[in-house]
Amino acid sequence: MAMNIVVCVKQIPDPADPGELDPNTKTLKRDVKLILDEADSYGVEMALQLVDAAGGGEVTLVSMAPDDEVGGIRTALAMGAAKAVLVSDEALVGSDALGTAKVLAKAIERAGDADLVITATESSDGYTGTVPEQVAELLGLPSITFAKSIEVDGNTIKVKRQTEAGYDDVEAPTPAVISVTAGVVEPRYPSFKGIMAAKSKPVDEVTVADLGLDADAVGWAGARQEIVEIATAETREAGTIIEDEGEGYAQIVDFLADLKVI
Amino acid sequence: MSDYKAPIKDSLFALRMFGHLNDLAASEKYAQADPETVSTVLGEFGRFFEEVFGPVNAIGDTEGLKWSPEGVTTPAEFKPAYEKYVEAGWQGFGADTAYGGAGWPQGVYCLASEFMSGSNAALSMLPGLTVGAMELLEHWGSEEQKEKYLPRMVTGEWSGTMNLTEPQAGSDVGLSTTKADPQEDGSYLISGTKIFISFGDHDLTENIIHLVLARTPDAPPGTRGISLFLVPKFMVHDDGSLGERNDVDCVSIEHKMGIHASPTCVLSFGAQGGAVGYLVGEPNQGMRAMFTMMNNARLSVGTQGLSIAQASYQKAAIYSRERLQGRAIGSDSPGPVPIVQHPDVRRMLLTMRSQLEAMRNLVAHTAAALDMSQVTTGEESEGWTESLELLTPVVKSFCTELAVEITSLAVQVFGGMGYIEESGVSQLYRDARIAPIYEGTNGIQAMDLVGRKLGIRMGGAIADQFGRMHATLDEFRDAGSEFEASAQAFSSALDQLESTTAWIMEHGMADPRDALAGASPYLMIFGYTTGAWLMARQAMTARSDLEAGSDDAEYLEAKITSARFFCEQISPKVAGLVPAVTAGHEILYDIPEEQLTTF
Ligand SMILES: Cc1cc2nc3c(=O)[nH]c(=O)nc-3n(C[C@H](O)[C@H](O)[C@H](O)COP(=O)(O)OP(=O)(O)OC[C@H]3O[C@@H](n4cnc5c(N)ncnc54)[C@H](O)[C@@H]3O)c2cc1C
Ligand SMILES: Cc1cc2nc3c(=O)[nH]c(=O)nc-3n(C[C@H](O)[C@H](O)[C@H](O)COP(=O)(O)OP(=O)(O)OC[C@H]3O[C@@H](n4cnc5c(N)ncnc54)[C@H](O)[C@@H]3O)c2cc1C
Repeated sequence: MAMNIVVCVKQIPDPADPGELDPNTKTLKRDVKLILDEADSYGVEMALQLVDAAGGGEVTLVSMAPDDEVGGIRTALAMGAAKAVLVSDEALVGSDALGTAKVLAKAIERAGDADLVITATESSDGYTGTVPEQVAELLGLPSITFAKSIEVDGNTIKVKRQTEAGYDDVEAPTPAVISVTAGVVEPRYPSFKGIMAAKSKPVDEVTVADLGLDADAVGWAGARQEIVEIATAETREAGTIIEDEGEGYAQIVDFLADLKVI
Repeated sequence: MSDYKAPIKDSLFALRMFGHLNDLAASEKYAQADPETVSTVLGEFGRFFEEVFGPVNAIGDTEGLKWSPEGVTTPAEFKPAYEKYVEAGWQGFGADTAYGGAGWPQGVYCLASEFMSGSNAALSMLPGLTVGAMELLEHWGSEEQKEKYLPRMVTGEWSGTMNLTEPQAGSDVGLSTTKADPQEDGSYLISGTKIFISFGDHDLTENIIHLVLARTPDAPPGTRGISLFLVPKFMVHDDGSLGERNDVDCVSIEHKMGIHASPTCVLSFGAQGGAVGYLVGEPNQGMRAMFTMMNNARLSVGTQGLSIAQASYQKAAIYSRERLQGRAIGSDSPGPVPIVQHPDVRRMLLTMRSQLEAMRNLVAHTAAALDMSQVTTGEESEGWTESLELLTPVVKSFCTELAVEITSLAVQVFGGMGYIEESGVSQLYRDARIAPIYEGTNGIQAMDLVGRKLGIRMGGAIADQFGRMHATLDEFRDAGSEFEASAQAFSSALDQLESTTAWIMEHGMADPRDALAGASPYLMIFGYTTGAWLMARQAMTARSDLEAGSDDAEYLEAKITSARFFCEQISPKVAGLVPAVTAGHEILYDIPEEQLTTF
């Protein structure tokens, strides 16, 4: 049975060269080249594997990013996704997590009938970890979070959901929105052929109006969250170095006991 | 964990200056390789090698290889890394599209391959040798041979080797004695011993395609009697499936100074009666065939030098900002300060960095000449070919000589820690040392430059090259007072290159020994001056980028500084080399041979 999957992919500044915070807007400057958020590369890989296992269907990407940025989308297309919807619009500047979710929900609908929507549990730059659940709510779909594996059985999705103690087995009917945990699969590297093929894969570039959304509902105008202050994180205190003279383990046990973790 | 970073930005910069990407993309052959796609491909290529080959580099060095009568075993971590390389399809980068390759320009491939061997020089020899073997087959193989062997080599499922060297035949390939006896079915039985064969055996591919130089029974002596044969490790059936083991054995591997994870094999052909081989090209044309791939192979060894040296620079630069020693002269702070603040350490870092940029520019320029010769016609194409021929020995030797110097400087920047294996720079120093030796020693390259290359078109090719350098010099002189000292230094180097060239051409005619005596220092003069030429162009490009308005000002200013440093402080080394070129051979023979071994 063919399986069509939408994967939300965020394009972010390269964490190795992250750029700066804008003191006026208190948000990250995004005028640098953007790349595929590594957190989303797991979702793309999982989607490609599920489509493979189903023996048909395709992976469609959905992304919201400034300046018609496609750098990260191209990487995911080169990995094997078939096409993408990119939402780019001046009016989106200042969108909070809910604003982003509204846009993504509309873009997912535009992408066509999906059996599954996959996101990461949280992005590497914003990491509010709230967009997936908001998208599910807006689309009226079941939401499963922290997936470490996904299996499709007819119209049922079976997920191993990571917990602190281990994992839960959970199920939902398709379609559903599932967020996957980083590191649970090994994302493939784009192949030479994949990179060349990605050049001609369709990217549907749309604006807020194209999605039938009101400009007031998104961007600074629609934001109901407010960034009150940005401050430099406290530098971490230097650790304690214990010279092991045969009794090192005891000191570690004491240390952990002090923290009340054992 | 490896911290190697593919210098993607520097490579794109060099390609933009010297790669002729727009000209190439305008041709039918390379239409796919437009500048934007080149940038994407280099980005993904770089990330791949940083993440996949880089992390297994140190393991390869410390663990090395295991030999048994069944063959060579590579470190366990190599197999998954090489499998990913095959999956990504990188082996087909420059290969013929008719056999599944991407057919990309050599210039782009050369600069990309810097990332490959920078991340892991030893493992990267496997794909590198396969590229050389594919190229030989593409040019000289019969249609049937190409269809049978190339597709699986293009994917990287099978690898290739080059079998020239024998115990008594190193630089002098003409002395080789490996025999090829013709059989009734048109094949040959090969017997003999080859030594020092890189990746002559290993466990990373299911088959190995050996390309072997050997003599047929009626062959004339010397290089005119050498033919090229294809000898598979496993016989290949017509349907592509693998048959029985051929009579080729790896009887031992060498214990080496560096590239520990690259097996250097003694291969015995025909111990059980004869290894089945197939003639590639015409009989007795083996050396001619070798020459077609020599340009590329020499460019890749030059690039290998660049890549290992770049990796060592990265480690040294990072360490210099972490290691605290001494006070900063001229400051009140009690210290200790990062050693990068000391003038002598700065000098080492700039010496490394500026030479690396000059090397990369030289590789980009020379490899682009190869591509341009293929997309142009008539005199224009011949001009590019001449440039390529002239500069190839310079790329090979100059880049590998500097690689040894630069990796040694990296050890120096680390101080005592550099001599300790844990630092990683010690491995790079050892790895780099092979590059001046194989693929024609640097001495042989220098002889090629003075003996063959200067004479191209009766000296017309070198005259044209000087013309291009003078044109840049004129421009550089007019480029403002900022570059006055650099232009002066470049001009002086160019003068000396021209006068030593004239000396060699004149005296070489009268007594070739005089030309050969100074060949190696002459090649270095050639390298430093060509470096200054390309760095002058780098300085002017960076300046005009800045004037056009760039958001990358610090990067471009640094490009200008290293270009100036190269011109003003590196290229004057030329002056010290001139006397060795123009002295002639006599003094070298004034000491009798016996005195050399009287201790
Ligand atoms: C008032 C306010 C103004 C802001 N203004 C800006 C601004 O101007 N520019 C700006 O860049 N950020 C801005 N932000 C930050 C912004 O809210 C979040 O970065 C963004 O909405 C997504 O949140 P997140 O990354 O924390 O998502 P998470 O919930 O951590 O993301 C989980 C997953 O959802 C998916 N996802 C999230 N975002 C996207 C996306 N854009 N495209 C595709 N998939 C996605 C991905 O799969 C991601 O891994 C602003 C925040 C606030 C509160
Ligand atoms: C790690 C490693 C990997 C190798 N891989 C391969 C491989 O895959 N395939 C292969 O076929 N070979 C390979 N080789 C062999 C390599 O190409 C030879 O070692 C090289 O060509 C030099 O030959 P030689 O060692 O016999 O040195 P020699 O030829 O004995 O040279 C010794 C010295 O004499 C100088 N010299 C020699 N002849 C002249 C002359 N006429 N004029 C002036 N100077 C001269 C040389 O420059 C050198 O300094 C490898 C070698 C090593 C060490």
